Amino acid sequence: MTGLSFLQFVLIFGTLLLTTKPLGAYMKKVFGGERTVLTPVVGALESWIYRLSGIDPGEEMNWRRYCASVLAFSAAGAVILYVQLRFQQYLGLDRAGASGIDPALAFNTAVSFMTNTNWQAYSGETAMTYVSQMTGLAYHNFVSAAAGIAVAVAVMRGFTRASSSTLGNFWADLVRGCLFLLLPLSIAGGLFLVSQGVIQNFKPYVKARTLVGAEQTLPMGPVASQEIIKQVGTNGGGFFGANSAHPFENPTPLTNYVAMLAIFLIPAALTYQFGLMAGDTRQGWAIFACMSVLFFAGFLAANYYEQKGNPILAAHGADQAQSANSSGGNMEGKEVRFGIASSALFATMTTDASCGAVNAQHDSFTPLGGLVPLFNLMLGEVIFGGVGSGFYGMILLVVVTVFIAGLMVGRTPEYLGKKIEARDMKYATLGILIPSFVILGLAAWAAVRPSALMNLGNAGPHGLSEILYAYSSAVGNNGSAFGGLSADNWFFNNTTGWAMLLGRFFIIVPVLALAGSLAGKKRAPESLGTFPTHTPLFVALLASVTIIVAGLTHFPALSLGPIIEHLLMLSGKLY
Amino acid sequence: MDNSPKRRAAADLWQGPIVKTALVDSFKKLDPRHLAKNPVMFVVEVGSLVTTWFWIAGLRGGDPETGFAGQITLWLWFTVLFANFAEAMAEGRGKAQADSLRKTKTETVAKRLVGGGKTEIVSAAELRKGDVVLAEAGDVIPADGEVVEGIASVDESAVTGESAPVIRESGGDRSSVTGGTKINSDWIKIRVTANPGEGFLDKMISLVEGAQRQKTPNEIALNILLAGLTLIFIVVLMSLQAFAIYSGGPVSVVTLVALLVCLIPTTIGGLLSAIGIAGIDRLMQSNVLAMSGRAVEAAGDVDCLLLDKTGTITLGNRMATEFIPAPGVTLEELALDAQLSSLSDETPEGRSIVVLAKRFVPKPTNIQDRGMIFVPFTAQTRLSGVNVGDVSIRKGAVDAVAGLVDRMPPELTAAVEKIARSGGTPLAVARDGRARGVIHLKDVVKGGIRRRFEQLRAMGIRTVMITGDNPLTAAAIAAESGVDDFLAQATPEKKLSLIRQEQSKGRLVAMVGDGTNDAPSLAQADVGVAMNTGTMAAKEAGNMVDLDSNPTKLIEIVEVGKQLLMTRGALTTFSVANDVSKYFAIIPAMFMGLFPEIAALNVMRLHSPHSAILASVIFNALIIVVLIPLALRGVKYRAWGAHAVLRYNALVYGVGGLIAPFIGIKLIDMLLVAAHLG
Repeated sequence: MTGLSFLQFVLIFGTLLLTTKPLGAYMKKVFGGERTVLTPVVGALESWIYRLSGIDPGEEMNWRRYCASVLAFSAAGAVILYVQLRFQQYLGLDRAGASGIDPALAFNTAVSFMTNTNWQAYSGETAMTYVSQMTGLAYHNFVSAAAGIAVAVAVMRGFTRASSSTLGNFWADLVRGCLFLLLPLSIAGGLFLVSQGVIQNFKPYVKARTLVGAEQTLPMGPVASQEIIKQVGTNGGGFFGANSAHPFENPTPLTNYVAMLAIFLIPAALTYQFGLMAGDTRQGWAIFACMSVLFFAGFLAANYYEQKGNPILAAHGADQAQSANSSGGNMEGKEVRFGIASSALFATMTTDASCGAVNAQHDSFTPLGGLVPLFNLMLGEVIFGGVGSGFYGMILLVVVTVFIAGLMVGRTPEYLGKKIEARDMKYATLGILIPSFVILGLAAWAAVRPSALMNLGNAGPHGLSEILYAYSSAVGNNGSAFGGLSADNWFFNNTTGWAMLLGRFFIIVPVLALAGSLAGKKRAPESLGTFPTHTPLFVALLASVTIIVAGLTHFPALSLGPIIEHLLMLSGKLY
Repeated sequence: MDNSPKRRAAADLWQGPIVKTALVDSFKKLDPRHLAKNPVMFVVEVGSLVTTWFWIAGLRGGDPETGFAGQITLWLWFTVLFANFAEAMAEGRGKAQADSLRKTKTETVAKRLVGGGKTEIVSAAELRKGDVVLAEAGDVIPADGEVVEGIASVDESAVTGESAPVIRESGGDRSSVTGGTKINSDWIKIRVTANPGEGFLDKMISLVEGAQRQKTPNEIALNILLAGLTLIFIVVLMSLQAFAIYSGGPVSVVTLVALLVCLIPTTIGGLLSAIGIAGIDRLMQSNVLAMSGRAVEAAGDVDCLLLDKTGTITLGNRMATEFIPAPGVTLEELALDAQLSSLSDETPEGRSIVVLAKRFVPKPTNIQDRGMIFVPFTAQTRLSGVNVGDVSIRKGAVDAVAGLVDRMPPELTAAVEKIARSGGTPLAVARDGRARGVIHLKDVVKGGIRRRFEQLRAMGIRTVMITGDNPLTAAAIAAESGVDDFLAQATPEKKLSLIRQEQSKGRLVAMVGDGTNDAPSLAQADVGVAMNTGTMAAKEAGNMVDLDSNPTKLIEIVEVGKQLLMTRGALTTFSVANDVSKYFAIIPAMFMGLFPEIAALNVMRLHSPHSAILASVIFNALIIVVLIPLALRGVKYRAWGAHAVLRYNALVYGVGGLIAPFIGIKLIDMLLVAAHLG
């Protein structure tokens, strides 16, 4: 690892260490309905929203009602977005001559934004009007993130309450997440981005003449406002098709740093909030530590293989060594402004979390360098993860770890004093297995369907990686594309659409059921007989379970994808 | 109990007859209806059927792969059989015990009372609840019941293995009798409390046979996880075939099934029920009868033990430890008076006074000749003693003796207070109306009990001493024994409320009881161990019966419960960790033809694709057999804190489980090559 890439990591991780505690403490207050520094600013708006929509924020919901509210809210949002996209040409502010979006793509896009995936089978600058971007898509960038956070907070309540039948009020959590968290962060961040040169306008597209005399159309638009929530809400849907590699979205090293930091900001703070709610911040830090270890390992691997470059190019005399004037390594598909370290770090973070914003083409990474983002997706995006979804995905793995470890110490397993029993294991197992089923099932289907294979950009193992990546990204609600795959067609629009739905709600439903079950249990006092869940040993066990569960599930597929591609590359064969 | 025949028999794991029966049963258990209860092994059986079909089809078609398919098929069937064998072994050991119990349950006849003092002879099978039967010396008691009249000495060795006869009498806490036990002397009338087939012995037989075995809560939870893992591997293998087709080379079904069986958690899946049966069995070997597997499991979770002081923490009785003479009396004089007044006192306290006095004065001989008249102890006088001629010597409770003497010297009053404060019991001695001194009776804490409590504390288990003593005495004994807490002047109501209070804090409570008044507490406790000497009500309220009636057993019971869970956890970890090596053996073997470069993943350098797959399948089957002893005996129990236990087990079974199969598969591969089977 070079000094520069290490410094990038330290900068990001160091900032994260500083923000996690204060932001987590603030979020605990927000979702606890306590008074915060922002209450004077948005408090009145909050109560006005409650009055207007007839919400009693103090009314507690049991897990079934909470879950039903999440589902109803999401379904309604998706339907409205679908209709809007189908008829966007009548809603004005169209600068590119966009038309109504066809049913398959509209379904895919509506589901994609509603599930916080932001898988984009279209290119924003040509397919979407400004109204679609700003109302339809941006709305979901906020509320899908807020819904994810709400579920995470409800899960935290379930794990930390005792002898209770309720998990809080979804509507209040949703409103508070938007007003007290996502909006303020987006406004502050958006203004910062504008100061760095990210564009924010409603102008028609600009025709420009390039140095060589060719004519070029430069798309314009309200980018900054969309850009910041895409990172903070781990949405990932770029205003432009090129996403964070586009200079209007990500113009400077500072915006790149802020963009990366914004991805992990809330997911990291959620771990601290959880610790506070559990009355033992060490519990939160343990989860944070496990995520950090996996984050660092992923970055190390991706950075190593990208920096190492391609041996075949080296054999042809290409200079891939790092020097004062060159970042060296595998620069295919990377923005020269970012080089190896920033691209590898961005790729690791965007797939650790379920963000999906990209500043390089993951498709063009070396086989093992590209394996890292792919494997991150397969882990279930639990390394900090999506806003909310990362936490509740990880808590399922915590339950499985606690169960196995608890048996090994000779007691019915307990977490935070709650006994993990058959019913809880059922929910945890479901929440972990179904996403993997969907990834493997759909990828297998696509792999043997000739009409699907037509859309692959590459043959052989690399083509398989494209398929695996597409479904892992959709199920994980990540939304980043490996590249290479033409996704805007009937088959992929439909299958990835269903993958996104199943991937989101087949975790949310079991995890809320689990939280409901745990909330009702008594809390047993801690003793020397209960093994502590805040020690390095537990962190190591949790990390091992996370890797082994995903590794055992996906190793065969990976061995025919990136692994064999790497071995073939070593013997001189490329795809 | 260490020399009882039951124990000795159990020490030998591989007894000829049990193994023989188990071998036969392994085949009987191939019945899919039986295997369907165990999802993991059921999948293996279905897989075996599939490969068998392909093997037979290959034989007809002259497929060159047939030899390989045949070997795989053989080992897959062995995998199922080995798992069945493990279960059959565990059951077999229980059956052996059940058979020895059943021998005592030969057809007995009963003398049923029909009114007017007459009896009729009926078969024991005809007895019903509420009947009253007469049992006389030499009779076998025909059914479980309560003694309603009479007293008899009963030989209960059939149930307890203990040869010393016990006294059973009407009323009180020794009134219950068990069908199948034998009257040694005298007679009793018994009211039958259990219909035939529902008695204690019947319950015992069906329990040890595992006939009534229901899955325990943790076992169900684990089964869900194992079923989930099995399902996911089925999907993994199905999708792998699709990816293989995409890559240009579909894999043979036999190979796919082989990989599937290697990946699904067959090690724990095959041994799971054996572990459960063996847990109950291990309790049996320490002469504790668990009424359900659930109770054994709950024992592992217990975090609060309620222990009776007497017999558990202290030796059964108080002992005299010191004589404190009054001013002007020598130690020898006091010792002599104490001895004389206690000669006729047959209580353990009385005997301990005589033993202590022997250190100071010789034991008097020819008592009769000296014209002694003994005055026995009564509850009213609370005194006992002796009259020698016209000299009267009395010994008893301090306030009772104080009523006999003119004046209690202040030195003695001080000594009495001191003894009481230290938790001891003072007795006073008087001769002819003059106080002679005080005897210090003390509870003697059992040797080693302090260390035992320390171990329990390290395991996170709180101990609470239950005693009828006053709080002062209780506190002193608690301090001396190192118990965490105590309940003084305990009544059944106080006990019950203590249990409820602990449970409301989320703790699991275990207790031991024997009397009928213990029944509510036994029922309320999460683990209630009834003494076999106790009443039927107590036995029915509890969920375990200790046949030795030894209250210290509770600690062993907790250990067995923990061991049971640990064994499951350890083998689950081991089983899952094993999978890593199997991927490295089989995945390269599967795709060697397609991508020769994949040989880089063949880190074990296995000889050929066939030998690699075969070696993995054989390892997977043999590891079940290798681990049968561990499953039946349980992983070694250590009285460590949870953190230390977890670290140790994670290292041994997790990291060990990762590494061991790499070595095992490589060795088997080398053997296969040597035998020209690969």
